[in-house]
Amino acid sequence: MTTTSAGPHVHGLGEPYKRKEDARFIRGKGNYVDDIQLPGMLYADIVRSPYAHALIKSIDISKALQVPGVVAVITGKDLEAAGLAWMPTLSGDSEAVLAVDRVLYQMQEVAFVVAESRYAAADGAAAVEVDYDPLPVVVDPHKALAPDAPLLRPDKKDRQPTNQIYHWETGDRAATDAAFAEAEQNGVVVRQDMYVPRIHPAPIETCGCVADYNAATGKLTVWMTSQAPHAHRTLFAIVSGLPEHRIRVISPDVGGGFGNKVPIYPGYVCAVVAALKTGRPVKWIEDRTENLTSTGFARDYHIHAEIAADKEGTVKALRVYTLADHGAFDAAAQPTKFPAGLFHICTGSYDFKHAHVAVDAVHTNKAPGGIAYRCSFRVTEASYLIERMMDTLAREVGKDPAEIRLQNFIKPEAFPYRSALGWTYDSGNYERALRLAMEKIGYEELRREQAEKRARGELMGIGISSFTEIVGAGPGKHFDIAGIQMFDSCEIRVHPTGKVLARIGVQTQGQGHETTFAQIIAAELGISPDDVDVEHGDTDTAPYGLGTYASRSTPVGGAATAVAARKIRDKARKIAAYLLEVGEEDLEWEPGRFYVRGSPSKGKTIQEIAFAAYTNCPPYLEPGLEAVNYYDPPNLTYPFGSYICVVDIDRGTGEVHIRRFLAVDDCGTVINPMIVEGQIHGGLTQGLAPALYEQLAYDEDGNVLGSNFQDYLIPTAMETPRWETARTVTPSPHHPIGAKGVGESPTVGAPQAIANAVVDALAHVGVRHIDIPITPWKVWAILKEKGLATA
Amino acid sequence: MIPGPFDYQVASSVAEAIALLDQHGADAKVLAGGHSLIPLLRFRLASPAVLVDINRLRDLEYMQEADGTLHIGALTREVDLEASDLIRRRYPILADTARVIADPVVRNWATIGGNLAHADPANDHPATMLALGAQLVATGPTGQRLIPIEQFFTDSSFETTLQPNELLTEIRIPAPAERSGGAYLKLERKVGDYAIAGVAAYVVLDGAGHVTYAGIGLTNVGPTPIKARAAEQLLRGSTLDDAVIAQAARQAAAEAQPVSDLRGPADYKRAMVETLTMRALRQARSRATGGA
Amino acid sequence: MSIHHIRVTINGKLYEGDVEARTLLVHWLRDSLRLTGTHIGCDTSSCGACTILVDGKAVKSCTMLAVQADGRELLTVEGLEQNGKLHPLQEGFHVEHALQCGYCTPGMMMAALALLKRNPDPSEQEIREGISGNLCRCTGYVNIVKAIQYAAQKLREPQPEQVPAGSGGGGE
Repeated sequence: MTTTSAGPHVHGLGEPYKRKEDARFIRGKGNYVDDIQLPGMLYADIVRSPYAHALIKSIDISKALQVPGVVAVITGKDLEAAGLAWMPTLSGDSEAVLAVDRVLYQMQEVAFVVAESRYAAADGAAAVEVDYDPLPVVVDPHKALAPDAPLLRPDKKDRQPTNQIYHWETGDRAATDAAFAEAEQNGVVVRQDMYVPRIHPAPIETCGCVADYNAATGKLTVWMTSQAPHAHRTLFAIVSGLPEHRIRVISPDVGGGFGNKVPIYPGYVCAVVAALKTGRPVKWIEDRTENLTSTGFARDYHIHAEIAADKEGTVKALRVYTLADHGAFDAAAQPTKFPAGLFHICTGSYDFKHAHVAVDAVHTNKAPGGIAYRCSFRVTEASYLIERMMDTLAREVGKDPAEIRLQNFIKPEAFPYRSALGWTYDSGNYERALRLAMEKIGYEELRREQAEKRARGELMGIGISSFTEIVGAGPGKHFDIAGIQMFDSCEIRVHPTGKVLARIGVQTQGQGHETTFAQIIAAELGISPDDVDVEHGDTDTAPYGLGTYASRSTPVGGAATAVAARKIRDKARKIAAYLLEVGEEDLEWEPGRFYVRGSPSKGKTIQEIAFAAYTNCPPYLEPGLEAVNYYDPPNLTYPFGSYICVVDIDRGTGEVHIRRFLAVDDCGTVINPMIVEGQIHGGLTQGLAPALYEQLAYDEDGNVLGSNFQDYLIPTAMETPRWETARTVTPSPHHPIGAKGVGESPTVGAPQAIANAVVDALAHVGVRHIDIPITPWKVWAILKEKGLATA
Repeated sequence: MIPGPFDYQVASSVAEAIALLDQHGADAKVLAGGHSLIPLLRFRLASPAVLVDINRLRDLEYMQEADGTLHIGALTREVDLEASDLIRRRYPILADTARVIADPVVRNWATIGGNLAHADPANDHPATMLALGAQLVATGPTGQRLIPIEQFFTDSSFETTLQPNELLTEIRIPAPAERSGGAYLKLERKVGDYAIAGVAAYVVLDGAGHVTYAGIGLTNVGPTPIKARAAEQLLRGSTLDDAVIAQAARQAAAEAQPVSDLRGPADYKRAMVETLTMRALRQARSRATGGA
Repeated sequence: MSIHHIRVTINGKLYEGDVEARTLLVHWLRDSLRLTGTHIGCDTSSCGACTILVDGKAVKSCTMLAVQADGRELLTVEGLEQNGKLHPLQEGFHVEHALQCGYCTPGMMMAALALLKRNPDPSEQEIREGISGNLCRCTGYVNIVKAIQYAAQKLREPQPEQVPAGSGGGGE
């Protein structure tokens, strides 16, 4: 315990403190759901539909029940009898837990087989006989709204008989149309259709759970791969009718989430039902095919976008129409008031005076979802469209893509900036980020090289993305999921010896909360992060929170943590004043210690104060040193960045080689630069993936193509470039420590940098757009058409 | 994904393996590296009654030159081909092939014999063996027989002319003549993938630079591995100049029988056969004339 | 469905048990022996989360039957640390921030171990090739490359007390 006035070095904000959580992972001692083994535990396997649309004529479980080791088979009819055949989705739809009389997508859950081992469960599932009567399939969302389209959801009896889920629009249609009319006359209008394909987050750990019901205590414990354990507990209570205090959801170590582990899936519900029915713990773990084909997909937006600008390329208005394919059930995980998520951030980094966005969402015979893939509720689709459109505009008016951006950026002095679609951007300096990126990568030199290469017939492209993110959902008055407001929380206990236990409502899946949240507390209290243990994921102990996704941990949970720590410090000041027999106003704070102003040697360390809180507390204060904060953010945060990508194209094969990729990010105050950089590397790789590789495609019969890792193409170390990173820092003015969140910015910003680079390589022959993923054969088809293909 | 039930027997000698195959006939499957078979079992797309594990047959793991022929034991792991000094120095086309199969961890266990005997048109060794004019040794209850590689694959995918009681035990490749060279080029969606298209090319030149032997094999552009005979014919006797190479590449593309799938449309794959044949032949020429 | 009695040395310790012929090695390690550091991420031997060493070579344990391991020497992530001392790869992964969710980490380290055994001084490209059978969804691989370089450097330094990398079953 030190009492020197210099104070200890605390490894607070801005330090690359090594991760506390690594110790268990590098030894193979993590505790993931499939690592949990309880006495008497049963294993489950799911029978799934081979058809995308069919009536179930009969299900025969007799042979399955005879398979050695099979204990029970649960069907939709069993669940129906218990009132559990349907469950609410995060978007207010009802989703079949097990199909009763009709399947709506390939791989939909039909029966749940429980057995003494994984192997017996699989044998049992193979022995269930289901007789289907196939129905016409709707795969193309454009056809879903046709008058003669098969009605996919006759169960939605409160609605018109249509496959439309919703029509939603925002912005000023009349003013936008007027601006377009003006531009048609005196300016320029650019238009583009683009498809942001269906992809899957595909964390390396699939989804799963272990459900354990203790009949003696009436308590249900569910270990599950959850990014939002509290919200899941509440939904379990609502679905099952069990009292919420008798449900404990534990999210142990989670092997990546990226949005995939936000929704509740039928497997979880079935495992709970099976545990109740058999009186034994039940484990259900997806295999990879099940994960890719049935759990939350992302994107699947068919976008038409238009920009109105003057002849110089100064933007005036943005008009967007989108057809959203939500699959068989509307299970999009997003704030209730925004059915298209935060898609209306699509004016991006640019000063549009007018904008209008309309979205129609439809049902098709595909898996439900619409979760984010490492992005904040449809920001990726929004950012992709605007960054692609700005390039299109640049071509139209004959300007460089960098120039058109610099010309149209929201100016630094305009913040807080209110966008045409109603968002209030907290802070930003877009020009600084782009200029830094251009300088670091040598933009002008690259343009010269490109011109030389072009003259020699070589194809090289340079792509820019100057994106603006919107994260940290969100202020309770606007943001809720299934009615629960999107605050988050932290509870801090300072033990008598000055060591700290902090519990948080957000839930790490690799983001390093056990380290960064300890650093926040360390910085606020002037202690070492080593003296702070951060716990999360157990609903019996952690304070209520909405979990981790949409880059909300640092903006919301991090804020709660800083505020809770400040409450601790406020009380510590009172105790210090009592111990030092001075007024609170006479105390100065330095990291880890209060001292008397003018007498630096007279002070009390936070550890001494903590001890006093339990041994010598002022009579007018409650003993102990604890604090809780539930933080309702006043606004969202708006991280941003400028990325530049350089590609070379092989004219013989159409292959795109990323030569360099530089990412300049601004996420406000940085808590741990090592972790921030790691997040950026990972996010960029998940931006690269949909740009060039990943797509969940369906054939015309609704069969999922790319249903395993041989065909769903996650980039390896060979495809992934050596990412280059740099940073500017523009703190958020409303966040307690100025942080904005970073995990998703690179996934949001990267795809269009790559797409823009490829289009840039071919712009001189009139190419304006290529839909992602930009496969070699798409590029080659263009090369061939333009006479550029060689062998 | 959990395999269905089967029995397992481990062979401790080639003779025992053959006896087991003879006993179980078509109900048995040979388990070598297992990287094609075990996923099939896990997806329950194959349901053999018994697996005959030949992984203990260390005497089937070898590479040696004798009597003007390279002999490769069928159980030789891809990693050993890839790392072998002999292979890299004398048979670079084989090293080219081994190092683009699946990924390095898979290659530690996957075998050259399995890659051939599975007869997957997407596997890489078949094209190379077709280009090299390899011969395969099949060992059965009555002894060995030699199968020229062109007669090893049938007209159906995943089918060979091996009898159910025969084991592929050795691959024989003619030792490189002077002024010979080959290359295998594979275009893939990402590392570890099966080929969008793959082309193996092998040429032997005489002292005047005329082609005395030409072999071209194609990967994953048809229901079976394809030997581009007409393209080979065009090359034979030529001086292997760029014009002939281009003509042969076009011909090889014409001989491909690709279908459209997740790896691209058929016309793209056909064009890639042309591109890759051109590049492989140029590299083969370079190697034949002393280059890398 | 035949049942087989197998004896396998894992991390220097002898394990034995009865397995069905079809039991995948990874399931035997995880479910029967409770060596849960080896993970499962796919069905197609694509992801490498289950990578272990079998007789010194990296192998995907989801694509090998438990019965095939009979009599062999295995090394799993649990065997990397020796006498309370982290293996340089474990150190490197921590120091270079080469892991986030930690799920691919054991398999990645085992693949790297096999690589360094074969090639003690790999280039960046050789490292990237060496781990191309192992998928990571969190890190973007940049820091994994650095971690392997860190370990390679450390393993090349003369260290009298250092257990050589990839000493197979650990030898205890």
